[in-house]
Amino acid sequence: MSALLSLAVLPVVLPLVATAALLIIGESRRRLGSIVNMAATLAGLVVATLILWQVDAAGEAGAIAVYLTANWPAPYGITVVADRLSALMLVMAGLVGVGTALYASAGWSRAGSYFFPLLQILLMGVNGAFLTGDLFNLFVFFEVMLAASYGLQLHGSGAPRVQSGLHYIAINLLASSLFLIGLAVIYGVMGSLSMADVAARMPLVAESDRGLLHIGAVMLAMAFLIKAAIWPLNAWLVPAYTASSVPVAALFVVMTKVGLYAILRLWTLLFPAGAEVSAQFGASFLFAGGLLTLCFGALGVLASIRLDRIAAFSVIVSSGTLLAAFAVGSIEVGSAALFYLVNATLATSALFLLVEVVKRTRSETQTRHLDAEALPDEDDNLDDNALPLVGRAFPISVAGLALAFLVCALLVAGLPPLAGFLAKAALLQALVHQLPATEMNPSTIGPQGTWLMIILIVSSGLFATISLARAGIRHFWLKGGVLASQLRAAEAGAVLLLLLASLGLAVFAEPALRYTQATSRYLHAPQPYVDAVLGARARPGPATPAIDEGSVR
Amino acid sequence: MEVVLALVIGVLGGAGVWLILRPRTFQVVMGLVLLSYAVNLFIFSMGSLVIDRPPIVTPGHAASLEHYSDPMPQALVLTAIVIGFATTALFLVVLLASRGFSGTDHVDGVRGDP
Repeated sequence: MSALLSLAVLPVVLPLVATAALLIIGESRRRLGSIVNMAATLAGLVVATLILWQVDAAGEAGAIAVYLTANWPAPYGITVVADRLSALMLVMAGLVGVGTALYASAGWSRAGSYFFPLLQILLMGVNGAFLTGDLFNLFVFFEVMLAASYGLQLHGSGAPRVQSGLHYIAINLLASSLFLIGLAVIYGVMGSLSMADVAARMPLVAESDRGLLHIGAVMLAMAFLIKAAIWPLNAWLVPAYTASSVPVAALFVVMTKVGLYAILRLWTLLFPAGAEVSAQFGASFLFAGGLLTLCFGALGVLASIRLDRIAAFSVIVSSGTLLAAFAVGSIEVGSAALFYLVNATLATSALFLLVEVVKRTRSETQTRHLDAEALPDEDDNLDDNALPLVGRAFPISVAGLALAFLVCALLVAGLPPLAGFLAKAALLQALVHQLPATEMNPSTIGPQGTWLMIILIVSSGLFATISLARAGIRHFWLKGGVLASQLRAAEAGAVLLLLLASLGLAVFAEPALRYTQATSRYLHAPQPYVDAVLGARARPGPATPAIDEGSVR
Repeated sequence: MEVVLALVIGVLGGAGVWLILRPRTFQVVMGLVLLSYAVNLFIFSMGSLVIDRPPIVTPGHAASLEHYSDPMPQALVLTAIVIGFATTALFLVVLLASRGFSGTDHVDGVRGDP
């Protein structure tokens, strides 16, 4: 437990120190910078995995490590809380971070200045948002993350990036204003911004103040939902993600999940399903918004020809699915949704990383002319470009690329036998199990809504399959097979890492699902979280002896 | 005092939203600035408005909110101002870059109706 306690603050401190080191190393020593960046992100992943392992080792409810920065106890100081949900999100962000850093070191980091420091700052913001136990620090870490993302989105410059960046920054500044209004209202009503403290005081709020509190929560939710790309507040996402450079787009996939995390964390704490008053406040709205987002994303996937647009709309599909699933509010659905969240993030990031490599193969194929020795005989079977079809060498890098694309497509579309299918199957199964309960209590979602969600999830999978098969045919079969793409080892390694992590999810699906189930159960009974945060005592210092030293030991 | 402050916040916020919806990038920046002023004043007003009670504990008075104004919103506002200032400055740079690329200050980068 004490080891976990000292680990808990590392995911924030480590990227911060790495940023300082990277700034000192400077832009001229690229190789050293690249190595330091890689080492820092890898260390971050190791720390996240250790936190996950320690949290899970503590038994069914999991350990809740509360780190009091500057030794101030909970409602007053800044608390860092590592629990089951945070640990899961940290590992997910760590994996995507390592993949992105590896991919960027192959060349993209040289497209502009300060790529690696910005990447570290973004990871710090993301990790901090997952770990903080305080609403105002959530805002601060959101801003840290966003400030880095503005720089990364513009990385490499160019008119499309600046144009979409302008919209992206404007909408996020607006969202920050909404976030602050929500914070102010909640502080006005509750007199506290510590999540645990607010959750503990929820039943004490007077009836006359309850409306005000709801308004504050809705304002906060608006800010989170803009980040999570709910329809109709997601027009910024597709241009911004497709215009930004490839590794940045892959990293941004995690950022939509930060919005989803904030919604999940806040709503399970403030408006748990078992509460006597304002239980699951706004769940029906969230459910409807999720389904509309899912609809919009699925149609977008079907309508897209370019691979990067397919990937961007897949992000919207997963956001919609998750919002709707969180709004259902059952333990089983929540558990399946968490599994789906991790898998969807890894798969979509890998798809984004593949975009440019695949495109590169294609453009080279088009410009390449005939080799002297590859000249066809007269009776050969020729293709459109008068090249022989039989006996054509299919280079291993293209074959590997095609295989990686196939795996990615299976994961994103949710086809068997990989983790994408397991996640979807678990989600659908949980929804069907949920049906009798909704018939009994039709006030929140109702059986029709559940059926609608099942239909939408299945058809979004179908649309993704159609669209990705079309893209695969276009990129690999129509023009491919003529020559090898110049695939760098680091790029291949990055894609491979994300896909292997996803394969690992499929192979170790049982422990993974057990973990998400325990997480979901823990989220639905928030009392342990509140007790752990508010019960954390300040350590005795050299000048100030502990107030109640007896209870600490 | 409450009415005046509420009016100020309302006018600032309304003007900000109206400007954000305008098609010129400079108007959008001014809108965001006005909106952040409104938000900052709003946060400040959440600490209940009192005059002549600085949040400094003096001997002879109990350290409760009956004798002092709430220092918390003031700290929050300070952080919010700093963050808002930095991001607005960044937005200005992007605005200039966009104008350099597209030759127009329309938010979509194409010359629309004036």
